[in-house]
Amino acid sequence: MATVRFTSALQRFLAAPPAQVEASTVGEALAAVFEARPALRGYVLDDQGALRRHVAIYVRGEAVRDRIKLSDPIDPDDEIYVFQALTGG
Amino acid sequence: MAERLHVGTRKGLFELARRNGAWDIVETHFLGDPVSAVLAEGDTLYAALDLGHFGAKLWRRDGAGEWRELGAPVFPPKPEDAGDDPHPWSLGQIWVLESGGVPGRLWAGTMPGGLFRSEDGGDSWSLNEALWHMPERQKWMGVAGGEQPGINSVLVDPRNPADIRIGVSTAGVWASIDDGASWRIINRGMYNEYMPPEQREEPIVQDVHRLARCAAHPDVMWCQHHNGVFRSEDAGANWREIIAIRPSKFGFAVVAHPRDPDTAWFVPAVKDERRIPVEGKVVVARTRDAGNSFEVLRNGLPQRHAYDLVWRHALAIDASGERLAFGSTTGGLWISEDCGDNWTAPNARLPPVSVVRFANS
Repeated sequence: MATVRFTSALQRFLAAPPAQVEASTVGEALAAVFEARPALRGYVLDDQGALRRHVAIYVRGEAVRDRIKLSDPIDPDDEIYVFQALTGG
Repeated sequence: MAERLHVGTRKGLFELARRNGAWDIVETHFLGDPVSAVLAEGDTLYAALDLGHFGAKLWRRDGAGEWRELGAPVFPPKPEDAGDDPHPWSLGQIWVLESGGVPGRLWAGTMPGGLFRSEDGGDSWSLNEALWHMPERQKWMGVAGGEQPGINSVLVDPRNPADIRIGVSTAGVWASIDDGASWRIINRGMYNEYMPPEQREEPIVQDVHRLARCAAHPDVMWCQHHNGVFRSEDAGANWREIIAIRPSKFGFAVVAHPRDPDTAWFVPAVKDERRIPVEGKVVVARTRDAGNSFEVLRNGLPQRHAYDLVWRHALAIDASGERLAFGSTTGGLWISEDCGDNWTAPNARLPPVSVVRFANS
């Protein structure tokens, strides 16, 4: 199973523990997490389901390419890291 | 008179209480997070956050209870044929929250220009589709410095909750008299100096920074516009420029006296790229004669090297019409208990202030 890990910066707002999911794309992996934790969705994705502008997802050390439909494929043992791209001050 | 004051800032929400004749911060909430809108409705407090990374959020506190996150307004799926819409179908920021005039009803004005309604105290929201789907909406211009238009004011007629006016940055004044089922742009008499000459008087290009209405005489409205102050006596249809405003005609904020239709307050600044107080002196302009003349109020306000700008939602008045408060981009906060004649500053150095509201109880 793939593992989805969320930045600790999210924990200030709501619980976002690591999750084990069966999925073949980044989008499927996130959907599986959000099914169990629906409040998390709006923190990661915008209203149209695209990745928020200042949120990044890395798989195998690379940023995902498809930020709109989240179609990047994942392998069963991948770790998917969801974190914030720092802005502001 | 209101005994509580809520101050939303770039770094949290500050709750002030009046004790022994002085105002002081008694509670802090959401420390470190940008607060974009606040509404106090009886014992219930709403706070909208604009989290840089994680989007716009909405929280509610009932009475002395705990804060609870509500589902924020969400735009519907963007249809394939809406591809040329210049504005995103995704919530950018909750810019203003207002009571809807019936129990449980709230309005949220947002960037990118969507108007949302709740009938259950903010637990759920629906987009006002009639306004969102008007072809003219795609002509709305983004707020200066940003890319998205925003609904900055929602004025519900106290006599009839189905009668609504909204102010849009940047798209003039819009009205619905059928509970939001249909909308039309209504403002006449404004002009926008920065537009090409042939477009300056077009209603839809009017850069309405903020609208205010007299609660007891709701047909009387005031507007702080990008290039001046205007007044309407017919609920926003026809506007007359108020040229007596001083020390300058630029600014963002306006509040109306709740009972006296001839009294309103503004916080003028140097227009428009500079956006600092005239001569580095923070002042409030008050008219008590429908804009024919103004008093410049400065007792208790910084009068030397002060560069505070006051955003559109950062000037507030309570239901008595005697207490006012405003906060600034450099974290200044001043409170008056005598209609603006004298001001005091609580002992605090706040983050930049985006919104100031009195509790209405």
